[in-house]
Amino acid sequence: MLTSLKRIIYFGWKDFYSSLGLSLATCFILVIVIFLITSLFLLKGLSEHLIASVREKADITIFLKGDSSEEDILKLKEELVKMPEVKEVEYVSKEQALEKFTKEHKDEPEIMRALGLFDNPLWSSLNIKAFEAAQYPSLVSFLENSSPSNLIAEVDYPQRKLLIEQIFGITEMVKRAGIIISFILAVIAILVAFNTVRLAIYNSREEIKIQRLVGASNWFIRGPFIVQGAIAGFFSVVFSLFMILGIIYFLGPKIGFFLSGFNLLSYFLANLGTIALIQLATGVGIGVISSYIATRKYLDV
Amino acid sequence: MISFKEVSKTFFTRAGHKQIIALNGVSFEIKPAEFVSIVGKSGAGKTTLLKLILAEERPTRGEIFFNGDNLGKIKTAKLPRIRRKIGTVFQDYKLLPSKTAYENIAYILEAVGAEENEILRNVPEVLGIVGLESRAQNFPEELSAGERQRIAIARALIHRPKVILADEPTGNLDPYCALDIIKLLLKINEIGTTVILSTHDKEIINRLGKRVLTLEQGALVRDEERGHFIL
Ligand SMILES: Nc1ncnc2c1ncn2[C@@H]1O[C@H](COP(=O)(O)OP(=O)(O)OP(=O)(O)O)[C@@H](O)[C@H]1O
Ligand SMILES: [Mg+2]
Repeated sequence: MLTSLKRIIYFGWKDFYSSLGLSLATCFILVIVIFLITSLFLLKGLSEHLIASVREKADITIFLKGDSSEEDILKLKEELVKMPEVKEVEYVSKEQALEKFTKEHKDEPEIMRALGLFDNPLWSSLNIKAFEAAQYPSLVSFLENSSPSNLIAEVDYPQRKLLIEQIFGITEMVKRAGIIISFILAVIAILVAFNTVRLAIYNSREEIKIQRLVGASNWFIRGPFIVQGAIAGFFSVVFSLFMILGIIYFLGPKIGFFLSGFNLLSYFLANLGTIALIQLATGVGIGVISSYIATRKYLDV
Repeated sequence: MISFKEVSKTFFTRAGHKQIIALNGVSFEIKPAEFVSIVGKSGAGKTTLLKLILAEERPTRGEIFFNGDNLGKIKTAKLPRIRRKIGTVFQDYKLLPSKTAYENIAYILEAVGAEENEILRNVPEVLGIVGLESRAQNFPEELSAGERQRIAIARALIHRPKVILADEPTGNLDPYCALDIIKLLLKINEIGTTVILSTHDKEIINRLGKRVLTLEQGALVRDEERGHFIL
């Protein structure tokens, strides 16, 4: 049993380098497939980052009556934070609002003059972000009907409703399209790789038949092909890993502008374990499984 | 040990679906340790008959038994176990092109799970028997037809099979070499191995004085205990 296993591994390794040209051609295809699948993984990270930063822009603001006490406002904030729909609440006090307003309009003397006539006419407000677009209406109705409603002067939801829904709708669509396209590309890539392995084994069909006729067992015949597939997969993974790391390292800074703050290198390094696992599953998985399937056809003599 | 019961084998040609009857209602029985020659014109069905014993082909009609196993019905997964009891010299040699002469012979022992030292001892010995020690590290494409044939013979003997199927094993050998091979087969037969030999060689058959099955267009026309070469 152990001797057989040793022989199978030895044959696999020997066949790998005695037909090095063919093996490297297989590795080449596997590297492309691994590269593609890794890119899809990185793109997923990038698009999540982009989607999140777009969704950051969707929010509603509740303006609070001038006479509400800070204590009541903070209590309302606490209550809101506890709600499962709410992702984030930001409190902007009257003073902060004034500061911000002055900053934005300091170059417009008329506005500044008009502002000087009053003693801080701005309202304090709570800025609320929900997880989903669909959660805003219930949030708003909660605010309007619940106890602290007497604090609330106005909610800007009706004005922002359309924009919020569009932001969520479009990002959701992008997400779904991404998943579907990735899936299709991955399937195509895997089929191409499978076919490469299949063609390589097609060359050995006569040999497989002879091995059957002289009494070798299926595992003894198939084993070396599977070992070869695993070796090709493993080399492809090692090569791809370094290639991708190199590309990100040298290209990352140059395309940083397009990534809107997404740090490709640190994302890659943070997910190195997952990425290596995905690559191994792809490379070695394709090598092994397609060798297994491709040999089956020639073993039935 | 081996019995054919009304066995027929029909091939369908790839182009035009024409039927070719390679064997037609053949019945016979071969006992353990027998030496049986099969003669017949080219195309008479000799190779087909051997292929049926090796279960490379399945019979179209009739039944073939090998040590009690029905070869027409047996599962392919069970075939390796049966084939390891058989050593075959194929008419077209069927050596593995990516392995050297030595590795081709060693492969059989590796496949049956023999120990490494047994392989190291036996392979050179059998190479010596067929006179090809000096060609051990050559690939089949580097060998002459006769040399390939002798490697094929060495491969068929290496694991001391119960049955040897030899399909024209002397077809590419000079008369002296051919005689040596036949003597070798006789010696192996004496120690209890069943030998089934298909041949065109009249001289050999007449000298052997063993059982001869004569095929004519797929039919078994003669089965003589001390046969002669009559076509
Ligand atoms: N795979 C096949 N497909 C179609 N016809 C076949 C096939 N194999 C053999 N035949 C036919 O079956 C007949 C018997 O063939 P077989 O190889 O058994 O002859 P043989 O007696 O071994 O001849 P030879 O002495 O030339 O080797 C031939 O007419 C051949 O054309
Ligand atoms: Mg023949």
